[in-house]
Amino acid sequence: MRGAQSPVDEKETESGETDQTTVDDTKLDGETVLIKVFRYDPEVEAKQEPRFDDFHVPFEKGMTALDAVIYARDEYDSSLTFRHSCRQAVCGSDAFFINGKQRLACKTQISDLDHPVRIEPLPHQEVVKDLVVDMDHFYDQMHAVEPYFQDEDLPEGELEEQRQSRENREKVKMSTRCIWCGACMSSCNIAAGDNEYLGPAAINKAYRFAMDEREGEEIKEHRLRILEQEHGVWRCQTQFSCTDVCPKDIPLTEHIQELKREAVKKNLKFW
Amino acid sequence: MYEHDVIVVGGGGAGLRAAIAAQEAGADVAIVSKLHPVRSHTGAAEGGINAALQEGDDWELHAYDTMKGSDYLGDAPAVETLAQDAPEETINLEHWGMPFSREEDGRVSQRPFGGLSYPRTTYAGAETGHHLLHVMYEQVVKRGIQIYDEWYVMNLATTDEPDPNDRECYGVVAYDVQSGAVEGFKATQGVVLATGGPGQAFDHTTNAVSCTGDGHAMAYRAGAPLEDMEFIQFHPTSLPSTGVLISEGVRGEGGILYNADGERFMFEHGYANNSGELASRDVVSRAELTEINEGRGVNDEYVHLDMRHLGEERIIDRLENILHLAEDFEGVDGLVEPMPVKPGQHYAMGGIEVDENGQSCIDGLYAAGECACVSVHGANRLGGNALPELIVFGRRAGYHAAGGDLGTAEIETGYGEDVEDEDSVDLPVAPGEAGIATDDGVAADGGVTADAEGVLERAVETEQSRVERLMNKDDGVQHAEIRQKLQNAMTDYVNVFRTEEGIKKALRIIRECREEYQDVYVDDPSRTFNTDLQMTYETRNLIDVAETIALGALVRNEFRGAHWRQENQIRDDENWLKHTMVSWDDGEPSVFYRPVILEGDEKTYEPKERSY
Repeated sequence: MRGAQSPVDEKETESGETDQTTVDDTKLDGETVLIKVFRYDPEVEAKQEPRFDDFHVPFEKGMTALDAVIYARDEYDSSLTFRHSCRQAVCGSDAFFINGKQRLACKTQISDLDHPVRIEPLPHQEVVKDLVVDMDHFYDQMHAVEPYFQDEDLPEGELEEQRQSRENREKVKMSTRCIWCGACMSSCNIAAGDNEYLGPAAINKAYRFAMDEREGEEIKEHRLRILEQEHGVWRCQTQFSCTDVCPKDIPLTEHIQELKREAVKKNLKFW
Repeated sequence: MYEHDVIVVGGGGAGLRAAIAAQEAGADVAIVSKLHPVRSHTGAAEGGINAALQEGDDWELHAYDTMKGSDYLGDAPAVETLAQDAPEETINLEHWGMPFSREEDGRVSQRPFGGLSYPRTTYAGAETGHHLLHVMYEQVVKRGIQIYDEWYVMNLATTDEPDPNDRECYGVVAYDVQSGAVEGFKATQGVVLATGGPGQAFDHTTNAVSCTGDGHAMAYRAGAPLEDMEFIQFHPTSLPSTGVLISEGVRGEGGILYNADGERFMFEHGYANNSGELASRDVVSRAELTEINEGRGVNDEYVHLDMRHLGEERIIDRLENILHLAEDFEGVDGLVEPMPVKPGQHYAMGGIEVDENGQSCIDGLYAAGECACVSVHGANRLGGNALPELIVFGRRAGYHAAGGDLGTAEIETGYGEDVEDEDSVDLPVAPGEAGIATDDGVAADGGVTADAEGVLERAVETEQSRVERLMNKDDGVQHAEIRQKLQNAMTDYVNVFRTEEGIKKALRIIRECREEYQDVYVDDPSRTFNTDLQMTYETRNLIDVAETIALGALVRNEFRGAHWRQENQIRDDENWLKHTMVSWDDGEPSVFYRPVILEGDEKTYEPKERSY
């Protein structure tokens, strides 16, 4: 086991403090912004106790939270560690806990945040180092819902496509936008208390297939059986925290609710 | 030591497709990737997949458009293979559940794209790459293919015969980013490099931070030539502040470019009287920069891309993702105002020289996707041709590496009798290793005595000692400083408009970067998730790759496709219907040329003026 849990509860209370202020960009231009970044490294003596480091970063218009930690790393401390890649909200690497909320750092404008800006790893996941959390459990849950298309009968002929109505494509569209960032899972109280709960991302992944008309009824029933298990859709208590933090605006809670209704319908059929 | 039949390096579109194909051919295959596969940069591709699917379209038209777009520097066997295989591969994605945009009758939609004679770009909203990547990853999960994610591949384990054509690749050396362990990965049948582009060699780029040309640099140091590296595509519509890409789909759907005077300059200033905004990307990028340089840019920095007239419904239906990008990264609402755009480094047409089966001149070493040069794109890639390349040549490379039969390749690789030497390069500085690479590259054994285990062990030891050296050094220069200097030089001097003087300046700065790199150190003492160490490795790769780009740009004194030279602003077919090869030869780059293949299966592609 590596790592410590980030001290979430303290952060949440702190983020409610009133001495923080929103500053508009014009005032910030030419100024520095204070970011307080969570630090932890199990191997380095000075970092074995989790702590926050302060970095004063010169503000530029359009600066994101990711830009700020990159600056801090490249200019001040090359050991500051976090995942990031595409910088455009599609690779899903840089979901952090910023000012008490799960956000994708690359699409979080510094000017939209209270200052100083607190940047922490995603809560409820083990911290590997600094802002890097262990994603293995998240991936396990994603894999648990058979996250791949299962065809019943493909059309004859190599170049013959399956037909899908525009309406049906529209129905699954939002669910297909998931970038596996883990923000929803981290925000979910149920997932925090029940390690086996599939969680919003995995259920949404299942929704993406269960609602796709190209998969037949039999496979849909199979999927609903997976979702109905003890740690499946019925655990959701519709707190909407996942929907609230999703950087791709996926209506996760609605999707979970719809699957509950589908499961009921399916069961009624057999009565 | 880990062992598999086929090792695929990289988990993006090409790597995942290669792994699936290798497994289907019966191989035990593993993917080794510095990112978890769904983080790969394939996910950022927006526009679509060119494939001749409809009645009225034809693969031959796709091949013709691609060859014309390449400015006659694509090799016909590669171009025709792409066009022939793309329809089946695209429908295959549909069969794997890809959520393509649909027509009323439920068939997959296709739309017009720049440089295409038929609207054959198959798409899934403006996030085609995201869906392609996830669908492919789903199939890899379904098949239970082994993935070593967040393992950074540091080097190849190859033998060191004097002639690279005699060398063999036995595997790779990688380190586990989470634990810091350096391990050998033996590949009994082949290694497929699918490491993506080298966009981080430039400062303003649409590419991810991870696009550091790792595969390019490793193959290059092992002796495989890098081909046509001077051909860098600058995408005409990237957001000015971040380089985030605005898809060509916006123009495909009817988006219009305006200069600061409100002129539709593509027509009004005669850059492309027929195609306007849908001219080839290099044409549009040069037009924009000309407008900006001549004082007609908005804020002297960019031009406007306007899609408001398309109407909210159509924009939401087909380009919704663009609204989010413009809002999140530029603070602009594309429904109510035009979006600021300027050219940004986007794609490398060149790469590791391979044949149409994905094989390099080194036995057992393959490459596919952006890191490879088959060559399909020649001097300029058409929009919508990168994704089909991933799936078509990813599949072929994986299948062939696993022992599948694809027939004999028509494209030759490596230094040989049919090449032409370049021995009169006027270099401002001696390029090359500058002493940093004394323990580099190929394993020291070599020749007949080298067995696979020995070569691999030696390669592992080399990397272990390099890590120790970097970590034990207490001061010096850090990678970020060198990388920024390199990126600035490339964006300042090896950009859309190139001059001999500028390119030479870049080569001098690249040489300085090499020298500074001798003094590089890793400050983070931790073995756990040491991104400082990883980025230090990547920066070394960027130096090598940047040098090949600048060298190619220096020797090619003509204007072809994406490569423009001030001193000779014409396409010079008499002298330059040939590929530029840069090869790492005894610690310094050497240049040679190989003729382009314009003879297709049934016809020869005669170079014509490329007007749009």
